[in-house]
Amino acid sequence: MRSRLTAVVVNALLIVFALIALAPLLWMVSVSFMPHGESNSFPPPLLPSVATLDSYRQLFARDGMGSYLANSALIASAVTLLSLAFNLSAGYAFAKLQFTGRDRLFKTLLGALVIPGQVAMIPLFLLMKWLGLVNTYGGVIVPALAGIFGIFLVRQYARSIPDELLEAARIDGAGELRIFVRIVLPLLKPIIVTLAIFTFLASWNDFMWPLIVLSDQAYQTLPVALASLSREHVMDNELMMAGAVVTVTPVLLLFLALQRYYIEGLLLGGVKG
Amino acid sequence: MNRWTNEAPKAPRVMSQSSRTGWLFVSPALLIIGVFFMLPVLAAFVLSLTDFDLYALADSGNLRFVGFGNYIDLLQTPMFWKSLGNTFYFVVVGVPLSIAVSLAAALLLDSKLARFKGLFRTALFAPVVTTIVAVAVIWRYFFHTRYGLVNYSLGFVGIDPIDWLGDANWSMPTIILFAVWKNFGYNMIILLAGLQAIPGDLYEAARIDGASFWRQLRHITLPLLKPTMLLVAIITTSGYFQMFAEPYVMTRGGPLQSTTSVLYFMFEEGFKWWNLGRASAVAFLLFVLILGVTALMLRSGRVDDDSAPTTKVAPGSAPARGRST
Repeated sequence: MRSRLTAVVVNALLIVFALIALAPLLWMVSVSFMPHGESNSFPPPLLPSVATLDSYRQLFARDGMGSYLANSALIASAVTLLSLAFNLSAGYAFAKLQFTGRDRLFKTLLGALVIPGQVAMIPLFLLMKWLGLVNTYGGVIVPALAGIFGIFLVRQYARSIPDELLEAARIDGAGELRIFVRIVLPLLKPIIVTLAIFTFLASWNDFMWPLIVLSDQAYQTLPVALASLSREHVMDNELMMAGAVVTVTPVLLLFLALQRYYIEGLLLGGVKG
Repeated sequence: MNRWTNEAPKAPRVMSQSSRTGWLFVSPALLIIGVFFMLPVLAAFVLSLTDFDLYALADSGNLRFVGFGNYIDLLQTPMFWKSLGNTFYFVVVGVPLSIAVSLAAALLLDSKLARFKGLFRTALFAPVVTTIVAVAVIWRYFFHTRYGLVNYSLGFVGIDPIDWLGDANWSMPTIILFAVWKNFGYNMIILLAGLQAIPGDLYEAARIDGASFWRQLRHITLPLLKPTMLLVAIITTSGYFQMFAEPYVMTRGGPLQSTTSVLYFMFEEGFKWWNLGRASAVAFLLFVLILGVTALMLRSGRVDDDSAPTTKVAPGSAPARGRST
């Protein structure tokens, strides 16, 4: 009897938590379909009187949302694909290949994880200016091509690959690159998926660095463009909510599809043992 | 852990061959990290000792070495102290609140009585993966003084409309609520894993002894969860010190500079006024501050840690959140 009451309380509280977590997102979707100006009324409407795509049309036709969306997709995809190649080979080497200075080097990298990225941003901006990469896709992509956290994640996972397997391939005369591509990469598949979602989401959602290095509208990503739109159209809620929907939907869908890998990676990176 | 790595060193020639392979595999990543991260970090310190500004940007002949001048100058700048105070406010109130909410959610999800656990876990985690700029725009509307759903709901319990983002007393609490909403799911997942690592027979024994839920929480759950709590506390603290997007989108640092964080101050110094030397000094001070505070937390957490840890703090595992600042 008592435990049934507790069960009701536990589940009711979970429903409250879920409502609080999802309410702003649901309201965002609802307002984005409202006719212009409807959201600026009291009491605040929960659902549009008539659903319309006007705000989306205006975003894409007048405010260039299509090009921001393309920029975001291009940058996040390029960063994900290229950094995967760099982080995977480095993570595997730190886990499985013997080379002089390996452990000291890895410790140094781990130590550098405590340095906040923003410390590097000002000289990085000057470096990018010198390289001619300010206001280019490269300005965002190049610094993100390798990451200490990604290397750490791959190394943690690659340590479980049996050395016997690699030795056997070496005795059979396989070259190191061949071993990496043919034997190691297939075994690393789960961590590849994990790292790919992590990188894609982080790149898509990134704000401060793209804001600094992409002042030219032609190259701006969705978060940077949305921030500047929101400073222009402070009162145009329908438009802003439609912009938020366009920005958030791709990452939410990606997360929903590959949730299991994302959560596993989060635990692998945060907690060991 | 494996018999290959523990063996005696192989013949020198073989060593150098495999050594070269290893270096070849790590060098592309090392090159990127070295040139685009390590080098700029070192350069930031050098830059912070100069008066690099708009004139130096045009012609490096205008650059002068000023020693610790920027640092001394900053310590006499009221706006720097104000931004530091705001950041501490955000950290000191925001971190415990975030962890408390995460723990409550994790305990609920861990309960044997909870239904549809997978579904709830996904729903509660969803805000974490959203784009901070986009959801900050939503919250600005959500907390709108006249048309916001929050004030409308509060009206039902007789609370007059609050000027959430326009009143200097309410702006920071509103941003803290936003941060808790956005981030609690992350720590919830880590704490949930910590909870699941606690052996079930401990609770079984406690139940037989008739211990209440609160007693079990105090004497079993919390002590055994301490290493995990320390981990999430350090990750969250270091992340919250780096707040930037929230004030940039929601308040522009206002009203009355009540939400100007250290990084927002750095951004304005550097990329609005182009005082890049001074901005580098701000960045470095923030770094030292984060390092000091997290080291202090780590030490105080370890000193009185005599319970058997179920999980260990992985050194430097902080930026997993991919927090987009």
